Amino acid sequence: MSRHVVCPAAELPPGTRKVVVIDGREIGVFNVEGRLHALLNRCPHGGAAICSGVVTGLSQSSGPGDYRLERRGEFLRCPWHGWEFDMATGQSWCDPRRTRVRSFEVKREAGGDLVMGPYVAERYPVTVEDTYIVVDL
Amino acid sequence: MNAPFIEQKARQNLAVVDCDIHPAHRTPGELLPYLEPRWREHYQTHGVHVRQALPNALMYPRMMAGGMRADSLPENGGPAGSDLDLLRKQHLDPVNVEFGLLMALSKGGMEERNPGLAAALSHATNDWQIDRWVREEPRLRAGIVVPQEFPEAAVAEIERCAGDRRYVQIMLSSRPSDPLGHRRYWPIYEAAERAGLPIGLHPVGYNGGHPSTGSGWPTFYLQEHYVFVACMEALAASLIIEGVFERFPKLKVVLVEGGFGWAPALAWRMDKHFEKFRKEVAHLKRRPSEYLREHIWWTTQPIEEPAQSRHIVEIIDWIGWDRLLYSSDYPHWDYDNPSFAFKFPMTEEQRRKIFRDNAMALYRLT
Amino acid sequence: MRIPFAGAIDCDLHPPMPSMAQLLPYLDDYWRDQITNRAIDRMSFAMMSYPPNAPVSARADWRAAQTGRSELDTLRTDVLDAFGLYFGIANVMHGAIALHNDDMAAAICRAVNDWLRAEWLDREPRLRGSILVTPQDPAQAVAEIERLAPDQRFVQVLLPVMGEKLLGRREFFPLYEAAERHGLVVAVHAGSTYRYAPTIVGWPSYQFEDYVAQAQAFANQTISLVVEGVFHRFPRLKVVMLESGVSWLPMTMWRTDKTWRGARPEVPWVDRWPSEIIREHLRFTIQPFDAPDATAVGQTIDRIGTDQVLLFSTDYPHWQFDGADVLPDGLSPHSLMKILVANALETYPRLAQVATTLAAEQAKEDVR
Repeated sequence: MSRHVVCPAAELPPGTRKVVVIDGREIGVFNVEGRLHALLNRCPHGGAAICSGVVTGLSQSSGPGDYRLERRGEFLRCPWHGWEFDMATGQSWCDPRRTRVRSFEVKREAGGDLVMGPYVAERYPVTVEDTYIVVDL
Repeated sequence: MNAPFIEQKARQNLAVVDCDIHPAHRTPGELLPYLEPRWREHYQTHGVHVRQALPNALMYPRMMAGGMRADSLPENGGPAGSDLDLLRKQHLDPVNVEFGLLMALSKGGMEERNPGLAAALSHATNDWQIDRWVREEPRLRAGIVVPQEFPEAAVAEIERCAGDRRYVQIMLSSRPSDPLGHRRYWPIYEAAERAGLPIGLHPVGYNGGHPSTGSGWPTFYLQEHYVFVACMEALAASLIIEGVFERFPKLKVVLVEGGFGWAPALAWRMDKHFEKFRKEVAHLKRRPSEYLREHIWWTTQPIEEPAQSRHIVEIIDWIGWDRLLYSSDYPHWDYDNPSFAFKFPMTEEQRRKIFRDNAMALYRLT
Repeated sequence: MRIPFAGAIDCDLHPPMPSMAQLLPYLDDYWRDQITNRAIDRMSFAMMSYPPNAPVSARADWRAAQTGRSELDTLRTDVLDAFGLYFGIANVMHGAIALHNDDMAAAICRAVNDWLRAEWLDREPRLRGSILVTPQDPAQAVAEIERLAPDQRFVQVLLPVMGEKLLGRREFFPLYEAAERHGLVVAVHAGSTYRYAPTIVGWPSYQFEDYVAQAQAFANQTISLVVEGVFHRFPRLKVVMLESGVSWLPMTMWRTDKTWRGARPEVPWVDRWPSEIIREHLRFTIQPFDAPDATAVGQTIDRIGTDQVLLFSTDYPHWQFDGADVLPDGLSPHSLMKILVANALETYPRLAQVATTLAAEQAKEDVR
């Protein structure tokens, strides 16, 4: 496992996303209301660059004619076929067992901790004062 | 079910022929320069006259971005499919398209009720395809759009265009006003046979005056999406049973965007009940399935995805690996990328046939 | 192939459609007056879907055998005895369902149902009945279900596959509520009221095409029932597709499953695979089974994913098979047990009730 500094945390405020290339892989890093997600930018179904899809909620219902949007901000909808993926797990809502977008661990880490440990900072000079978004591959 | 994409990528490196690409108008007025003044004025005043309450809307709104790949909207504005550079960048280049067949859906006159406007729109759309797309991009080929409900005018349009080899087929809407086996359409088939061009059937968007099912209109898009299949089944049955292929033995028909998983079951049903109706359809000299196998081709998108991929292989084994033509449906939402859409093993020969060789031969592409 | 043992349950057989003269005794004074004085009793109610003399409507040898014998005797000899049936469910697709006057249609349906009860069910204990209702007026359909439901010999409600509206629409929910509450199955039979062209592309020239198109109608109804959430609302309801042809089903499941993955938010009450809902709630009779040979039959069942959904039928007197070969080739002995008996008992609560009672009586008998 290798750790990669993606960017300073300030560059990924809530409601934004960033697609980065790490070890030749395109990975989308999302900040949804403070929650971080990192997903491989490739839909396992049709091959779309899935991280350009809309981040939205899940339509739920108690029966015909009842419509509710729940779990706002927790789902990524593929820009092609509209398949819904749970951003926390990468799992497809309709077929969680067999279809999932590869997801990666992503967290905020203090510059001080990073400077101490093994890490790969591809683009950013890491400073002790700042916080960074870090993806584990 | 989902092989790692890098592995699939490696399998798909050959040149492909894409039998279903949709070019769109950049602006609502894009066709105007291609219309005669009389029809230009009419079109600007009255617009189209079709069998739909909201002629400029989708009666069954799609789930994604108006039915488009959400990532296919050009940065410089304009609708999906209207930007040739983006088409190249997003599809033709990365997918390695050797030839791409245009299916011009918008305002082509196929479903227009005004006979004069229908003919004028078809004429304009055909000129527009060459001018805006094929002339600019040598990998693209046009399809002759015709005012199909007015067969005399349709024949005239076929004859106007057929000499130009940049048109490789005749395109008809799969939601006609009557089943396409009806004799009133036969002049179109006669012209197609004479020109040596296949007929490509594709759903256009407007209906031909009949609800989507024999029990009326569906409620949801999820249901309406299915009837792309139903219209192909009905048209295949119509062309076969009404005797079109008996009368035009060289006619070739391509069913575009209607799936193909239904083909064996339809053939089985027609053959099974043929005996009971044989005297009613005495013009048929052979079992219905024989006409199906001899005269019909299918494009692949949107490909069926059974949980067990061997089921789709069984279907193709029945249809014949020489009868399927790869299609992407770019830029529509249910786009099929050749590296990912085919979730079953194929031999190198089978791949070559479906992705390229079948279409090269059928459309005589050079 | 032939039926290997006696005791099968035939879920689709047809007594001859009664003439209006036969129905007059079952109509009230008002409707008898209307029907005689408007000469409606001289109208033919034969449906376009089944022209009386067309080969599909009656097998030639059965047609010939009808002369000189009572209709009931003919049915006994040709079907009930010939195939050793335990039960046969009688479906009378009367043309009245196509009338535009909902009240007249409902009145004639009532008469048909009473005629079926008096002339067939009362006389032949192996027969079970379907409650014919006029689909375009759900309120009257519900009233008719309520009227006849106390008679346990009626085991299902009968609708045509092509009517004015797709059957998943919510206006039909009261009908499904009544059916579910009474332990009745909803049966959908081939045939159209011809409110619209039988195909999406218009009116075909030939009857053959109309018949072929029935399969698409069944597919559309299947999808409508599933995506409108009928089975979400009525989880104990079963719908039986009669004379559907069967082999169209796998592709319909594949396609709907795939489209659902993108279009699910439009119908969020569909909370599992459409194919799973189909396998649980829909049943399909096996005459005709549109497949040319044992291999194709086996492939079709494999693709459906279960033999649980198939129910035995003869579709008598429609010409679907020749001689005594009432079963498609290619069914395993295990499948046959299910298709001929077990699946029907699992589908029809009222038949299961009879079977349970009989088994209990048999057990008492054995103890003695």
